[in-house]
Formats: sequence, C-alpha cells, structure tokens
Amino acid sequence: MDQIAFIFDILLPALMQGLVVTLKLIVWSAPFGLALGIGVAAGRQYGGPVLSRVCKTFVFLIKGTPLLLLLFILYFGLPSIGITFTALTASVIGFILCNGAYNSEYIRGALLSIKDGQMIAAQALGMTRAQAIRNVIMPQALRRAIPGLSNEFIYLIKYSSLAYMITVVELSGVGKNVATKYFIYTETFMVVGIVYLALVTITTVAVNILEKRVAVPGMNRAAAAQL
Amino acid sequence: MDVLSILIDWSPYIVAGIAATLGLVLIALGIGILLGLPMALGQVYGSRPVRWAIGIYVWFFRGLPILVLLFLFWFGIFPGIGLGDLPAFVVGAVVLGLRGAAYQSQIFRGAIQSIGEGQMIAARSLGMSRFIAIYSVILPQAMRIALPGWSNEYPNMLTDSAVCYAIGVAELLTVTSRIVSQTYLTMPIFLASAGIFILLNYGGIKVLHGVERRIAIPGFGSGAV
Amino acid sequence: MSDNNIVLRVEDIHKSFGNNEVLRGISFGVRRGETKVFIGPSGTGKSTLLRCINQLTIPDRGSVWLDGEEVTNSGARINYFRQKIGMVFQNYYLFDHLTALKNVELALLKVRGMSRSEAREKALTELRQVGLEDWADHYPAELSGGQAQRVSIARALAMDPDVILFDEPTSALDPELTREVLEVMKKLALQGMTMLVVTHEMGFACSVATEILFMENGVVAEQGTPDLLMHDPKFTRMKNFIGQFDSYRGD
Ligand SMILES: Nc1ncnc2c1ncn2[C@@H]1O[C@H](COP(=O)(O)OP(=O)(O)OP(=O)(O)O)[C@@H](O)[C@H]1O
Ligand SMILES: [Mg+2]
Repeated sequence: MDQIAFIFDILLPALMQGLVVTLKLIVWSAPFGLALGIGVAAGRQYGGPVLSRVCKTFVFLIKGTPLLLLLFILYFGLPSIGITFTALTASVIGFILCNGAYNSEYIRGALLSIKDGQMIAAQALGMTRAQAIRNVIMPQALRRAIPGLSNEFIYLIKYSSLAYMITVVELSGVGKNVATKYFIYTETFMVVGIVYLALVTITTVAVNILEKRVAVPGMNRAAAAQL
Repeated sequence: MDVLSILIDWSPYIVAGIAATLGLVLIALGIGILLGLPMALGQVYGSRPVRWAIGIYVWFFRGLPILVLLFLFWFGIFPGIGLGDLPAFVVGAVVLGLRGAAYQSQIFRGAIQSIGEGQMIAARSLGMSRFIAIYSVILPQAMRIALPGWSNEYPNMLTDSAVCYAIGVAELLTVTSRIVSQTYLTMPIFLASAGIFILLNYGGIKVLHGVERRIAIPGFGSGAV
Repeated sequence: MSDNNIVLRVEDIHKSFGNNEVLRGISFGVRRGETKVFIGPSGTGKSTLLRCINQLTIPDRGSVWLDGEEVTNSGARINYFRQKIGMVFQNYYLFDHLTALKNVELALLKVRGMSRSEAREKALTELRQVGLEDWADHYPAELSGGQAQRVSIARALAMDPDVILFDEPTSALDPELTREVLEVMKKLALQGMTMLVVTHEMGFACSVATEILFMENGVVAEQGTPDLLMHDPKFTRMKNFIGQFDSYRGD
C-alpha cells in the first residue's frame, strides 16, 4: 500500500481517536497530581511527626515502584481484594499517585528554598501558620518549582502510554493495533512518536511562556533552575 | 505461609528475573555513558553540524515514551535492518541505553559547562593539547560534578526497565505477572515484587552515594550538587 | 633589535574584538633575565597582550618570536612554545580537582611525558622554591589565595620556561598575601628568570623592573627604567595615572 495514503487515510484518523484518550488521561491526572504534590509536600514540611512520616513513606514507596507495576496492582491486583476500577480509572489513579509523589519532591525543594523571614514576616502581620503557608510561602514555592513541575508534566504525557499495558487504547495503543493489523511497524511508531514529540514540544513552549507570565521581577530564578 | 512457600517454589525464576532486570539496567547505563559522554563533548566542543545532530538525537529520544521506543525498535527498526532475531533482552537493553544516552548527555553537558573557562585556559597555557586538556583537566572534574545527577539515572533506569515487559523480556515484572497468572495469589505476589524493586532501588542508591563520598574532593563540587 | 640576548620579541601586535580596537601596534623585545612591568588603566589591553604572546588569543596582525623562532602561525607547535612561555593568572586557575603537587605534576606527565617519580621530584622542587612543600597534598580549596597563587607559579616554573607572563598575579589578594607572592616573584627575578608582569604594585615595579611600559589605549605610551619614568619631568602620563590611583586608594 502507498505509504502516504496509509499514513493520512488510515493511521492519522485512528491516532486522533487515541489522542483523545491520551489527552483525557493527562487532563484528569495532571490537576490532581499537582494537588497531591502540594498536599504531600506541605504535609511533609509542615505536618506533625505522623503526617510527615506518612507523606515521606508514600513518596518513598511510589518512587521505588515501577509505574507499570503500580498500574498492574491497581488494575489486576485490587479486584482480588474486592476493589474494581475500569482500566481508565485505574490508569488515572496510578498517574496521579506517581505524578503527585514526584511533584511533591520539587515543591518541597522549593519550600526549603524560601527564607525563614517570609514566614516570620507573615506571622508578624497576624497570619496563622496555615494562612502564611497558603498566601505567602506556597505562591513563591510554586513559582520556583515550575521548571521541575513542568518536567513532571512532560513525563506524564510520555508515561500515559503505559495505560495501554492495562488495556486502555490510547495513542500508542492505537498505533500498536494499526501497526499489527497492517504489518507496518517502523512508519507507524515513528508517526506515533512524532505526535508525542509534538505534545512534548508544545508543552515546553507553553511552559516557557507561563514561566515568563508568572515571573516576579528579581525573584531568584537561579534557585529554581537548580532544582 | 502459603505465599512464602510459593515464593520459595518460584525462587529460581524470581532470581532470574532480578538478574535480568539488573542486567538491563547495568548494560543500559553502560551504553548511556559510552554514548552520552562523547555526545556531551560534541555538544560543548563540536562544530555546528555536530551539535545540531546531537541536539536532534537528544530531542528525539527524550521526547518519545519508552514504550513507543521499545515498540519502534522491537517491531520496526531491528527487523527492518535484518536484526529481527535479536533476543528481546538485547533490544530492551539497547533501547534503554540509547534513550539513557540522550538523558545522560545532558547531565554531562551541564557539568562540563559548569566548569570555569579558566581551567581550560590554564591547561592550554601549559602546552596541553585540547585533547589532553579535556581528558585530564575537564573530564575528571565534570565526572565528579555530574555524579549526583547521574546517580538519579539509576532509579529512573530501574523503573523504566520494567516497561521491557511490553516486548516480552523476562525481567522481574514479567516474571511477576507470570507467577500471578499461575498461582492467582495476585496481591501478595505484586506487593512482594514491588518490595524487591524498592530494595533494588534504594540499595543501588546507597551504593552510589558511597561512591560519591569516596571520590569527593575537599571543597570541590559541593556547591554544584 | 638584533641583540642576540633577546629571548622574546613582540612585533607590531594588533588585536580588535569586533569594533573595539584593543591593541594598536605593540612592539618590544625582552632580554634574558629581564623583568618588564606593564602598567595602565583597566581595559587598555594588557591581558590581551599577554594572551597574544602565548596565542591564547590570536592577534590580528604582528608576530611573536621566542629565541628566534616564530610563535605566531606555528600551528600545532604552539603547544611546544606554551611550555616555554609560562603564564600566571589573576585568579590562579589551579586545577580544582588536583592537590597542589598534582597541579604541578600534571603537565610534566601529560605534556613532557616524564615518569611519575621524575615528575614528582621536579614538582616538589618547584613547590619548595615557592615555599609550599608542606602543602603539597592540599587541594586548591584548602589553600589561601596567596598559597594558591604560589602553587600556580610553581606549576608554570615546572615547565622550565624561558619566560613567564604574570597577569595581575596579586590583584585578587589581600595586602598580606600580596606580599608573600611578590616576594616569590622578586626571588625569581633575582635568580635570573625572564618575566613580563602586569601589575598595579608600584613598589614591586620600581624595585624589580628593568623596564616599565605604560600602556594606554592599546599602545605603549611611555617606556623606560623605573627611575626614568618616575623622575624625569619629560614623562607625565604614567605619573598622572599612578597619582589618580594612589588618591583613589587613599580614600
Ligand atoms: N574575548 C574577548 N571578547 C571581546 N572583548 C574582549 C575580549 N577580551 C577582552 N576584551 C575587551 O578588550 C579590552 C581590553 O581588555 P583586557 O582584559 O586586555 O584589558 P586589561 O588592560 O587587561 O584590563 P584590566 O586591568 O581590567 O585587566 C576590554 O575592553 C575588553 O572588554
Ligand atoms: Mg587584565
């Protein structure tokens, strides 16, 4: 079959459907992953001994376990103890846990880089600790964590492909199915790869713009770049 | 009790799975250094076309999901160039290594670029050739500066190696799912497997930290971590 | 200048960076054992001149000769000439991953191809020369600025250079440490080492220099023995410059 025809008439339309699923995975995972990351980082940094221990252990376990194994546990493992998710839900939960754990590391690093004076100044104005964290510390820390967080977001885009391993037919899954059906492997996976490259590159550009938008003049970028 | 005896029954397979996982990781890290270091040098000291070519390589291998890379090479590229008979283990290690090289080259590049230009100037002023200067002044410093960042490649590589399950490499995750499907002791087996991964992960990190301490030089690189 | 005692000859060196014409025709000869001191305002091209001599910066025009051989346009042989032309930098540029001893040894091993024991012995001799034998096993980060600069002098000396270029060797140092470095340099001068020194240390210049060259706007504006430049009323520019410098310092 003509390659061009294959790519444009068969592969790309199919990939569009896969892309929708991939985007769905990302859009569901990213906000909760960020929220989890903030929560875990704050819990670890400002929580009591028990909470901070729990947060630390959570990060330790998630970072130590391959994401694919985590997905297997959520999708194939949990039903054996009576908890059943759809493949899509299991994937999203897995991505949130993983993304959240890694995000929390960047946010914690950023929290540590905020000088003590900020907390003291906020409390001197009559803010409670929680208010100070929410209104003074976090906004600064999140800005500093942007490079790291966007890296994790890019990882999320790429690792969303693992959902296919638990039967979610997203971008790479569609690619695999088409490739197998037509016996055209190299071209198919190259095109699939290019779609991911496009997603990643667009994100990188968007992040750069975002970073400029939220930048505060004079706030130390060097500290953020180091993370 | 049940689980334990099953684990003992399957222990030869588990050990083989662990060996395959570590084999993937070590070979891939090795390929990553062997390619990543020259690539970093090329990106810093090379001519424009060289820098450009390496940039494309890095962009490509960092931009694609590991799963898609594995599919691409396993189903497409290797059979396409007549290497369809390569064992999945070899393909997995090579793909992880090629991808690792892209990541590692950026770690090394950053380290090389963080070394003050004075080091090169002083070396050249003593009559060292560019090659000798790079080899005996720049690289020994760059490697030390790069080590903490490089150490992160180990856990990343370890967790990524599990994706080789997708092309049928008999590594730890593949062995795990095989045991699960034979014994139906789903959760305990998965959790045991996660435990092994976690041990390998943090055990390896401990070893690497030990190496970092051993090659530490007073006052050197401490700021660059 | 057909004086056959001339070890280094610099002829009509020009260098521009973009539109910035930094060196505008500099020529001089250096006899064996001489110490020439270069003085001049910041940005006049003193560092650029020194770097042109050992080709760390390639001049646009002009030539440099060492012992009758051309250093400019010497291709790969430049690495030979650089061994014969030592250089000491304002910020020492010690190799940060190596001990003082290894800093001195490195080029002996890698460039000269000496055996380990030879290189070690030679390096220790040079460290003794600058009074740092006891600090041989310390890393650069463990040395004071003055010690680091002395190690870098030993590193240059180890190559048995015909001439050493010093680019503001004490500008990064406290007065106390400046003194210990200047003492080492003075000793070298007395031992007959040929040296070109860019410095603001007038005391050193007056007591050690065989000749002072006052540079301004990329040319040598005044040139002569310290005595001449300091006391002959014909010369005013350097005195003015030093005057400013002193009152600035006095503030
Ligand atoms: N690599 C370079 N690229 C562009 N401009 C340069 C370069 N090196 C030096 N210059 C410029 O050349 C001029 C002379 O610099 P140079 O360092 O030689 O002066 P200097 O006399 O040593 O001054 P100082 O006393 O401050 O060390 C300066 O204007 C400087 O900005
Ligand atoms: Mg200068």
